Amino acid sequence: MNPPSPRLRLALVVTAVLLLASGSLGYVLHARHRERPPAQGSDASFTVEEPGLYFRDSAGGRIARQDGPGRPRVTGGPSCDRFHTAGGHALCLRSLPGVPARTEALVLDRRLREVRKVTVPGIPNRARVSASGQVLSWTTFTTGDSYNTAAFSTRTAILDLRTGYLVKSIEQIPLTFGGARHHDSDVNYWGVTFAADDNRFYATVSTRGATHLVEGDLRAWSAKALRENAECPSLSPDGTRVAFKKKVSDAPRSPWRLYVLDLATMREHPAAEPHGVDDQAAWLDDATLAYALPGRDGRASDIWTAPADGTGEPRLLVPGGSSPANVG
Amino acid sequence: MYLAANGRPDAPPRPPGARRRVPAAVLALGAVSLVTDVSSEMVTAVLPLYLVLGLGLTPLQFGFLDGMFNGATALVRLLGGRLADRRGHHKRVAGAGYLLSALSRLGLLLAGGAPGAIAAALAADRLGKGIRTAPRDALISLSGPPESLGRSFGVHRAMDTTGALLGPLAAFAVLWATADAYDAVFAVSFCTGLLGVLLLVVYVPATPGPAAAPRAGARPPRRPVLRDPAFRRVLYASALLGATTIGDAFLYLLLLRGLDLPPVLFTLLPLGAAAVYLLLAVPAGRIADRTGRRGAFLLGHCALLGAYALLLAPVSAPTVAGVLTLLGFFYAATDGVLMALAAPALPAAGRAGGLAVLQTGQALARLLGAAGFGAAWTLWGQRPALWAAALALAGALAAASRILPATPPNSSAAPEVP
Repeated sequence: MNPPSPRLRLALVVTAVLLLASGSLGYVLHARHRERPPAQGSDASFTVEEPGLYFRDSAGGRIARQDGPGRPRVTGGPSCDRFHTAGGHALCLRSLPGVPARTEALVLDRRLREVRKVTVPGIPNRARVSASGQVLSWTTFTTGDSYNTAAFSTRTAILDLRTGYLVKSIEQIPLTFGGARHHDSDVNYWGVTFAADDNRFYATVSTRGATHLVEGDLRAWSAKALRENAECPSLSPDGTRVAFKKKVSDAPRSPWRLYVLDLATMREHPAAEPHGVDDQAAWLDDATLAYALPGRDGRASDIWTAPADGTGEPRLLVPGGSSPANVG
Repeated sequence: MYLAANGRPDAPPRPPGARRRVPAAVLALGAVSLVTDVSSEMVTAVLPLYLVLGLGLTPLQFGFLDGMFNGATALVRLLGGRLADRRGHHKRVAGAGYLLSALSRLGLLLAGGAPGAIAAALAADRLGKGIRTAPRDALISLSGPPESLGRSFGVHRAMDTTGALLGPLAAFAVLWATADAYDAVFAVSFCTGLLGVLLLVVYVPATPGPAAAPRAGARPPRRPVLRDPAFRRVLYASALLGATTIGDAFLYLLLLRGLDLPPVLFTLLPLGAAAVYLLLAVPAGRIADRTGRRGAFLLGHCALLGAYALLLAPVSAPTVAGVLTLLGFFYAATDGVLMALAAPALPAAGRAGGLAVLQTGQALARLLGAAGFGAAWTLWGQRPALWAAALALAGALAAASRILPATPPNSSAAPEVP
């Protein structure tokens, strides 16, 4: 093949640039005008005062309520990526558009009016409100903390509404392992759950390649590791047991199973859920757990429920939902 | 076909002192790399966000997807070099690599969130990157006279880095314009990647520079790497020095820790080093050509040692500027210069394969160095680990200055120059 003349080559390249540029521009414009659900506030009639199961509706990304099994869904809550509510307050985590990723943590009152808004770096991950509604915690995934730049780390905040005091990252909390202070640059906390006294809390800490269940004290500002391989704890309403996800295999598809730990005996047992659970479970009552699983039939996720004592069978509670929170 | 202006056998010798032009093929390859890097860095910048935020993968799954193919690239690179040497099909092999990477963006676009398809697309991208690197560097080295290789590689690396700096900006612009439509980033990246392939097809000559073009049908030497003692020395020295580099990310982390800077800066610090690299790549290459590539290569590592030393002192604001400058200079004086140092020691017919061996050896050594430093950090803590790294690098420098051939290797290749 003879090389084309410089003129022909230039014409070829210019044509290609024009074609590819218009293709790019066309796609960008198409993406710009595509229908996408805008972040919405809640309808005036939707509150978190009514009893029922509150959850995120995967279809529109807004919070909805179901008053009982088989009852119709009440829609009209705010758009959130993660949600939790208790004691007359709600916590709504929303990822903000743009790069780098940021998360807006909205604290809402029982009529879902904004009480406080905090913007933190990262991607929404966990949200919890204490039973009294006075202490809140959230976790985001962030990039850039780790020397392995592609890896994610977590950042967990605790907000005390009684004093208004906000700790944007609890990473500096003095942590002990078996009574000895643990210092390391790689500690990561996530998935806080509060006890009824609004002071004690449980969380996950990851350090040196292992995860641990830690018990923390807000007033004393200290934390101690209790047990290895327990993530995303969730304290039962009576405060005796912790539901958590336990890593049972190295398979990246479903490494975790749902377990329940009795805090008095420190004995654990698996819940009757055969699938991998990557969620912070919620207690519907002292005997029942609810959690999100990857959805069936093309849904993003479904909420399932299983007895906490390890008996029985898991049951599909809300198709197309996540972030369950029960208001009794 | 004699497209390259330089080194034509019948060209009259240029008057000494006149500024030589950079070979057209090098400029073309630089342009291809620039455009391709815009394309690939666009995707790299948004991929973690897309996979975790857009698709809801857990970070664990993301880490698995991301790390899955890293080991394989080393092997693919060797394969790419070998393929290119057979019958001198450098352009075709490099072009196939560029095309594969461009098509992988289309794969990401069409995968629609299926993890298997995304994994396949990422694999195609890494495969393409592995295949094209050695033939491309061989083309650069064959496109100009051996005595100005440092400058040729400097020009190429400067253009390449420009693309790498522009890529994330382009990605963020697209995300901003479309309110986080990741698919639009993939679409634009695909179009940009295709343009890179087209530039290669149209502007890069099919046969490398006539000075050293292997005969069509010439078989690559059976063991090009082990045969030449000069090349072997370059290989050993670069691997030894590579094993004592601790990885840029650690340096950035030490800066952030030392000054208690916000983690957002972690993404910005590499830009600073890249900007210095961009500015110094061409001058460093020219100086290396004039005063000896061996010296420049060693001096570059001295700059890295200087960066370690700066970090051992109390960290202050000027430290950041100092470390980033030294790191940028380190890359400018070593990256392209190493290729220019090694290329003349390799026969033209085995050049792509030889450069592939060199690059793979250096990459593996650096991986080892970073892992070792990470282990030392965990075991001994930050300062002792850094002291150990500095002492190791100083030792390696002393050894490398003995290992590296004392005479510039391009003089040994003098008979090849017409």
